[in-house]
Amino acid sequence: MSVSQTSFHSALLDASRPVPDGLQDANAAPAGRRFSVYRNNVAVSLTEAMHQAFPVITKLLGPQNMDGLAGIFLRQHPPSSPLMMFYGEDFPGFLAGMEQLSHLGYLADIARLELALRRAYHAADGHPIEPDALAIAPEDLMAAKLTLAPAVQVLRSDWPIFAIWQYNSQADAPKPQAGAQDVLITRPEYDPAPHLLPAGGADWIARIQDGQTIGAAFEATAAETPEFDLGTTLALLLQGGAITSVTIERLDT
Amino acid sequence: MLDDALRSNRLPAAPGVGYKPQHFSQILEHAKPVAWLEIHAENYMGDGGRPLAQLRHLSEQFPISVHGVGLSIGGETPLDTDHLARLKHLVGWLNPASFSEHLAWSTHDSHFLNDLLPLPYTDATLTRVCDHIDQVQEVVGRQMLLENPSSYLAFEESTWSEPDFLSEIARRTGCGLLLDVNNVFVSATNLDFSPQGYIDAYPLEQVGEIHLGGHDEDEDDHGRPLLIDSHGREVVDPVWALLDYVLEQSGPKPLLVEWDTDVPDWPVLRAEAERAQTALDRVPA
Ligand SMILES: [Fe+2]
Repeated sequence: MSVSQTSFHSALLDASRPVPDGLQDANAAPAGRRFSVYRNNVAVSLTEAMHQAFPVITKLLGPQNMDGLAGIFLRQHPPSSPLMMFYGEDFPGFLAGMEQLSHLGYLADIARLELALRRAYHAADGHPIEPDALAIAPEDLMAAKLTLAPAVQVLRSDWPIFAIWQYNSQADAPKPQAGAQDVLITRPEYDPAPHLLPAGGADWIARIQDGQTIGAAFEATAAETPEFDLGTTLALLLQGGAITSVTIERLDT
Repeated sequence: MLDDALRSNRLPAAPGVGYKPQHFSQILEHAKPVAWLEIHAENYMGDGGRPLAQLRHLSEQFPISVHGVGLSIGGETPLDTDHLARLKHLVGWLNPASFSEHLAWSTHDSHFLNDLLPLPYTDATLTRVCDHIDQVQEVVGRQMLLENPSSYLAFEESTWSEPDFLSEIARRTGCGLLLDVNNVFVSATNLDFSPQGYIDAYPLEQVGEIHLGGHDEDEDDHGRPLLIDSHGREVVDPVWALLDYVLEQSGPKPLLVEWDTDVPDWPVLRAEAERAQTALDRVPA
């Protein structure tokens, strides 16, 4: 009796299936719970990976609920590559689709934030510009284009995701208040950190990443969001080591 | 078959440990007798950040062994060429002292199962595994060492013993072997064979590295011991004794202590390395 990896694999992920014939103990008796060692290894290691990957989700739901959820998730979305550090890409979508969790609408966006932090942790190193590199004449600054570090990420949410993340990650953080929040992730040296973006900040950064000048991006953003605060947004990027180059486009007259 | 020039295992016949990031600064301060480090290749396949920076730093002071846990060499489907390219990149960048993988499968139907799953020892498996190892050694450009698994069950269809199977793979492909003595002990208990008998049949001259690790104890459906290869505690005395039995015949070898779950503080892990050093000290060079 030969055991294909297809049948081994299906029985591994579905404990209601019988242990494949042809697997045995030293006395040629059926393998029985010896097969469960593999079932258990897979489920426990992937559940553990989910706990490590989504500490704030785990805290929000409680470890036992997270175990249960991970057990369903890992069977529906087993890892698609051996890079376990990126496991859980499908988790935000999975959370959004869970009927029983619909009263916690922010969960999916918190999961996106935790994924983005992990991506930032493993992103390529960037070499930030000197802090005074933007201390230039205002007309030069407005004509400048910026390159951002590979670790930089921006998330937009209808929920106060920065406040929820902070409240569940830091001891003395204030209680979250309702409202939409956009988040900037920077990685000064090796530790990624989320920051709350001012209104319009996410739009302005998207325009910079599209290759617009600081001035053009500012005008377009301020037209949509009059209260947009360029200074605060630029300072967050500079302090986070998120700007890796400045090019000033001079118009020839 | 591998070109002799690619046989470049440079691990010292001394204790090493599996590297855990929480031990980084203590390793730099007080490593002795730990003389080399092993990393799981997949944890260093990001684009940058702290993992690669720490590894670069450590590699300036210690020989590094790159130990893959995700290639699925025994898989029925073709090897993942993206993953193979990542391994080639890592090995090319790091130029490690050794490169190893497992006699197991872990990927099927594009699902990675994050466990080392067992293989039947048949002619068909032999051909497939040898083809995959040929491909790995060609792409990565290095000899690889192949590690024996921990077994919890046997396949009715197997026609080869594990030591003969590994010997034949090494003969056909030119790969070296990584002998995990804890895995031998676990499999021998679980499948009721003599661990010394296994070693007597095993081609010790092909061994480039030895693994030691801790296991957990459970029971099967009939109340007989079922050992689980958990890497979560100290190496037990019978495994140290089996190591002595190996070293008497093989002479000194690079010895690695694996501790992957419930990772202890550095002094506890270093004490295990000291015990490995003591075992080496008893062996005439
Ligand atoms: Fe091992």
